[in-house]
Amino acid sequence: MTLSRRALLALEDGRCFPGLACGADGTSDGEAVFNTSMTGYQEILTDPSYAGQIVTMTMPHIGNCGVNEEDMESRGVFARGLVVRQMSRVSSNWRATSTLPAFLHQQGVVAIEGVDTRLLTRHLRERGAMRAVISTEDLDPISLSAKAASAPGLVGRDLVREVAVTSPFEWGSEDPTGYRPADTGTAPAGPSRRVVAFDSGIKFNILRRLAEAGCSVRIVPPTTSAAEVLALSPDGVFLANGPGDPAAVDYLYNTLGALLGTVPVFGICLGHQMLSLAVGATTFKLKYGHRGGNQPVMNLLTGQVEVTSQNHGFCVDFASVGPLVPASSGGLDHDPGDMAAWVRAGVAPVVSSERFGPVQLTHVNLNDMTAEGLRLLEKKAFSVQYHPEAAPGPHDARYLFGAFMALMDGRDDYLSAHDPRVARARGAAEGDR
Amino acid sequence: MPRRDDISTILVIGSGPIVIGQACEFDYSGAQACKVLRDEGYRVVLVNSNPATIMTDPEFADRTYLEPVTPEFVEKVIAAERPDALLPTLGGQTGLNCAVALAESGVLERYGVELIGAKLDAIKKGEDRKLFAEAMAAIGLEVPRGGYAYSVSDAERLPGELGGFPLVIRPSFTMGGAGGGIVYNVDELRDQVAHGVSLSPTGEVLVEESVIGWKEYEMEVMRDANDNTVIVCSIENIDAMGVHTGDSITVAPAQTLTDREYQVMRDASLAILREIGVETGGSNVQFAVNPLDGRMLVIEMNPRVSRSSALASKATGFPIAKIAAKLAVGFTLDEISNDITRETPACFEPSIDYTVVKVPRWAFEKFKGTDTTLTTRMKSVGEAMAIGRTFSEALGKAFRSLETGRLGLGADGKDAFDEVKFDRGLTVPNENRMFYIADALWRGRDVQEISDLTRIDPWFIDQVKSQVEVEGMVRKVSLEGMSADLMRSAKQHGLSDPQLAHLLHSDETSVRARRLELGVRPTFKSVDTCAGEFLATTPYYYKTYEDEDEVAPATRPRVVILGAGPNRIGQGIEFDYCCVHASYALHAAGYETVMINCNPETVSTDYDTSDRLYFEPLTFEDVMDVIEAEKPVGVLVTFGGQTPLKLARALEDAGVPILGTKPEAIDLAEDRERFAEVLDRLGIAYPAAGTARSASEAVEVASRIGYPLLVRPSYVLGGRGMVIAYDEEYLLRHVADAVVVSPDHPVLLDRFLEGAIEVDVDAVCDGRDVYIGGVMEHIEEAGIHSGDSACCIPHFTLGDSIVEEIRGHTRRIALEIGTHGLINIQFAVKDSTVYVLEVNPRASRTVPFVSKATGVPLAKVAARVMAGEMLADLALPPEERDLGRFCVKEAVMPFGRFPGADSVLGPEMKSTGEVMGSAADFPAAYAKSQLAIDYSLPSEGVAFISVCDRDKRAIVGVAMHLRALGFEILSTRGTARGLRAAGIPVTEVLKVHEGRPNIVDRMTDAQVQLVINTPFGRETRSDGYQIRAAAIRHGITNITTMAAAQASVQAIEAMKAGRLGVSALQDFDRWQAPVPCDSAAVHRDVAGE
Repeated sequence: MTLSRRALLALEDGRCFPGLACGADGTSDGEAVFNTSMTGYQEILTDPSYAGQIVTMTMPHIGNCGVNEEDMESRGVFARGLVVRQMSRVSSNWRATSTLPAFLHQQGVVAIEGVDTRLLTRHLRERGAMRAVISTEDLDPISLSAKAASAPGLVGRDLVREVAVTSPFEWGSEDPTGYRPADTGTAPAGPSRRVVAFDSGIKFNILRRLAEAGCSVRIVPPTTSAAEVLALSPDGVFLANGPGDPAAVDYLYNTLGALLGTVPVFGICLGHQMLSLAVGATTFKLKYGHRGGNQPVMNLLTGQVEVTSQNHGFCVDFASVGPLVPASSGGLDHDPGDMAAWVRAGVAPVVSSERFGPVQLTHVNLNDMTAEGLRLLEKKAFSVQYHPEAAPGPHDARYLFGAFMALMDGRDDYLSAHDPRVARARGAAEGDR
Repeated sequence: MPRRDDISTILVIGSGPIVIGQACEFDYSGAQACKVLRDEGYRVVLVNSNPATIMTDPEFADRTYLEPVTPEFVEKVIAAERPDALLPTLGGQTGLNCAVALAESGVLERYGVELIGAKLDAIKKGEDRKLFAEAMAAIGLEVPRGGYAYSVSDAERLPGELGGFPLVIRPSFTMGGAGGGIVYNVDELRDQVAHGVSLSPTGEVLVEESVIGWKEYEMEVMRDANDNTVIVCSIENIDAMGVHTGDSITVAPAQTLTDREYQVMRDASLAILREIGVETGGSNVQFAVNPLDGRMLVIEMNPRVSRSSALASKATGFPIAKIAAKLAVGFTLDEISNDITRETPACFEPSIDYTVVKVPRWAFEKFKGTDTTLTTRMKSVGEAMAIGRTFSEALGKAFRSLETGRLGLGADGKDAFDEVKFDRGLTVPNENRMFYIADALWRGRDVQEISDLTRIDPWFIDQVKSQVEVEGMVRKVSLEGMSADLMRSAKQHGLSDPQLAHLLHSDETSVRARRLELGVRPTFKSVDTCAGEFLATTPYYYKTYEDEDEVAPATRPRVVILGAGPNRIGQGIEFDYCCVHASYALHAAGYETVMINCNPETVSTDYDTSDRLYFEPLTFEDVMDVIEAEKPVGVLVTFGGQTPLKLARALEDAGVPILGTKPEAIDLAEDRERFAEVLDRLGIAYPAAGTARSASEAVEVASRIGYPLLVRPSYVLGGRGMVIAYDEEYLLRHVADAVVVSPDHPVLLDRFLEGAIEVDVDAVCDGRDVYIGGVMEHIEEAGIHSGDSACCIPHFTLGDSIVEEIRGHTRRIALEIGTHGLINIQFAVKDSTVYVLEVNPRASRTVPFVSKATGVPLAKVAARVMAGEMLADLALPPEERDLGRFCVKEAVMPFGRFPGADSVLGPEMKSTGEVMGSAADFPAAYAKSQLAIDYSLPSEGVAFISVCDRDKRAIVGVAMHLRALGFEILSTRGTARGLRAAGIPVTEVLKVHEGRPNIVDRMTDAQVQLVINTPFGRETRSDGYQIRAAAIRHGITNITTMAAAQASVQAIEAMKAGRLGVSALQDFDRWQAPVPCDSAAVHRDVAGE
């Protein structure tokens, strides 16, 4: 790059942030969100869940390690824009194949640096996620803010179809667009479980983790019918992360409703919202979402805390599933939506869904006490709102892939037995005896 | 799991005196822990020999034992207090080693004391490199290949097994890498192994494959009893492997790891914590990464809080020691709330939206002749931390925080490069390397080339380059021609106003004015643990140049307290102690206290200490920016040592209200000529003196007042550049040096009072009355820097009438110069005449010691006085009361770290810290002070005595006493003759130059247990030098003054007689502070707040 080019970020409320361009030229709109991960900008940019969003990184230095082939989370960048405090000119890592600005150019992603990203973050925290535009062409604050205000929001918007594949493919081979991931994970020796994964914007690392857990995965478009899925006679069905408003993805949770009870199901993020919507819950939009790699989640079945990777703007209202079943909830009669009370009591409450029977709350985010995991007690299905596949983020919740295997094996204690910490504690107790 | 109810009394072991590798970070962690444990309702018993710590304030524990941190003394405390549990992980390596010794010797079991935080097995697995390597292999992690040696001959086979040189030597169980190093040939191997074996408590040394040049990272990890784990912070060492992490410039968070690599390191850190078996608390894990292929090795782990954990706590706002203490008593991470957000739990990993840089502070100028290359053995005496949004901003701030006279990272016209060996400044790690890098970039050299030469990651070099580029742009314009954009960019790259003044050929005041005119104003942002995700309530700020300022509106009148900056020799923890006390006292008096400091090791930079904390350099620019943001009713400049004092005048000139003693009075005390007039007026004696601004003036002054002369630069602390000159040649040499040390100020020349007894006094003056906190009689005679000499409260040889005269002088001087707050006066008593040597109307190094010894916290008293209360209203105990004991303060010297430097004491301070020993009589108190430093005193064996002519009479009594105690006496010819004449049996030994076997051979063969060797002259390569060097090498108790010799012999007698018991501070009378009047009210009325 030669001369620094000016760029402008404008929010729908009129707030503007001048800076310098550090990606492609152009004008791009989306919902402005912030991510507090200190590592993993490449994974974030290539996570399809960021479709429709302009991502602000709170870490001031971005691009230090450049980009490489292995850390791609999908075939390209899905975020609509990137906002940083300072973009690195050099890429310093033995795996780097390109600098981040060059990659953004190549991917056609508009990016701006020199922004007081902390101010922007605090603004979004106080006012909530909002529509925004980044431009290297229109540097007029009034004009650009007007563009932001007229941009489409995320509520009610189905972005899943924009990011998902339109025909099935097998993990490990080229995807229908001709992209072949550099790293597909190492499958263990021995027989594998056959899993069908709905693509709603699935991250490669979920597929790597499933492969490493012993699954051979067929990825199918989100519009695939229940009959088509069952025709593949899978051992399990996986529901992936994805962008946009979960309520708008009715076709997928309706399909899921038809599958529940016939095949074990595991859902992550949007997949968790699909399972929740399928059992009758409602979802709502969080003020500014959870995006980062440091969110504490308690597994109510074990009482242990996982530091998790998160990326969601919508959340499940657990209490909306149905009435509390006190007898299955430690005999307690708390409000099923009062997560703090359940965390304090160390009890995983059970509510009764009209269509699928008892549903148990399994995971709670300790920062804001929102529901982040549930399971069906009479059907084989569970889901979490956060990202056990990490990439980026901590690996604490990786055990959930083992849990999925155990679920497919028919074990009831699948959600607790596979936490390595529980296994260690149990081993120690046996040792004591 | 909730709080444990099955234990009620907890013993906490501190880290003892400040030494290189173990500084006030353990006061910070220990003070936090004590506070937490008491808040949770436990009875806390503390052992720590360091009186300058906040943790040893009697309010911080139920029972505070200022006793040696040795198994013998701690056992006595255990016997007296019968604790249920011992928390060993907060007192550094010293505390941990002591706890291990107590566990292994069965003391803990005998008294039913449980180790909490870390069990013996875990400590051993973490600390013993052999067990550690086995543990790493068990979880599939790699460590550098290595082998163990217990002797030189063991070590000689290792180069073959490990693939040749270079090799890294790491003695087991030593702190700060003591005794370690890199060796390149078999001779160096033999020397280093021999040294390492002697330093290691287990006589064991690890010889390891070298990973010099690899990237180095640290992870700060916590685990609770429920096996929840978090990473608090990642730290990247900018200097590659081969430089001790304490000597490395470091950055947080890590900057050059992809998420994949970071998570592998995170997983490994957690696995290590579990495998080692750290049940609860914090640990530090160090990794090396090969920059060419990412291969990761585990270097070491510390199953305790550390210097890095203090840094990580300050860098993130996550208080590791505090949380560790809670975890040790049963809480889990999810049960503890995050102090900063209050709403979210501590079971999370802080996210940082700024960049933190730590730069070490060295003191090589104090140890001439020592090797200044940075190696695996730590040599720095302190550190400064800076926070900026970007790396280059934080780096610039860190460099100007160091107070080395530099205005930032270069660009100040003060560079002095070795042009002949310029590249050596890049390739060999040294304290000026970052300046070489900046200049190499300025000279147009390539980022990659510099990275190859320095083994520093190109990302960091590129960051420095961005600063150099901005410098280039600034150089092209004039101050008037400077645009707002360029000004802002310069500030965002960490350039200070004085640096800009240099680049623009202007001055700081004009740059500041122009900057403000351009609208380039600083903003203050919060350290909030969560990158802005949640609302933070704790006002912990750093300055940057951005669009939003987050300073909370004030609720009460504010007082700004200027801290002491990085630890260095002459200005250490004592001043931080005073600042913390001032903050506590003013908070209690109704003020909102605002602390400014840049030292991450301290209690003052705990966000809990003051109402508001600004982590900023102590320069005029940075302090003024905070003052403009806070608009305080007053600024305290007299608590943080010379650092803030130097700013006093400029601040006052800028219209800032200075609380307490005015800069005018400070200048008066510092100005020799004007101050002499004051003393003349008061009829108080002082040594004949003069000032000189040139060599010729110096000679003239010398001819007037005569030799010997004390020569010193003005406005320096710790006697920097101070010498005693016996002749003109020596005088001229040092006048030249002094001018370099303090160029804007004259050189001071005083008649040196040879053989005088020195006395220190600390007092508080309110303008009407003077309260004398303590009169300290020095043990070493005049000529040894007061910071390096031992002293005792109460006086032990001076007559009461002399002491009364000293008190009278103190009162009159304090009132005459207009003191309002603390004052320290040094006196010398010679032939019954009391001379004033020096007056400092500010907090002194001895304030904490006086406070501990007398039970009156002088700094607190002073702060209340400065806020408007009168001494008469403070219900202070009578000055001349019987304290019921003798308290000795003794200095701790770092000579062991600086082989090659002379260890003889003189007027330039060289000690890093201090200990206190107290007992019913002086010898027992002195014995304890010695035991607290060396951990042992010889009780029998051979005493070598060799003294200068001046001391030959006085030594006779000492020698007789030693004989009576059962020592054999060994002497060189001259001393032997004198002793024989007195009828003392003596064995003669050859001096070094007289042939062999000589005294050094005897010492090397462990045939000498005690050395008394007073210096003969000034030449450093003399016999005396070699004897002192040998004593340090072999850990032999070495005494270089007559006074110390006499005291030591008495001490040995006291020790042999078993007169060394233990006592707690709470057993003695303490000041019952009256409820403070609401001093701040007057400001509220005035300000209408």
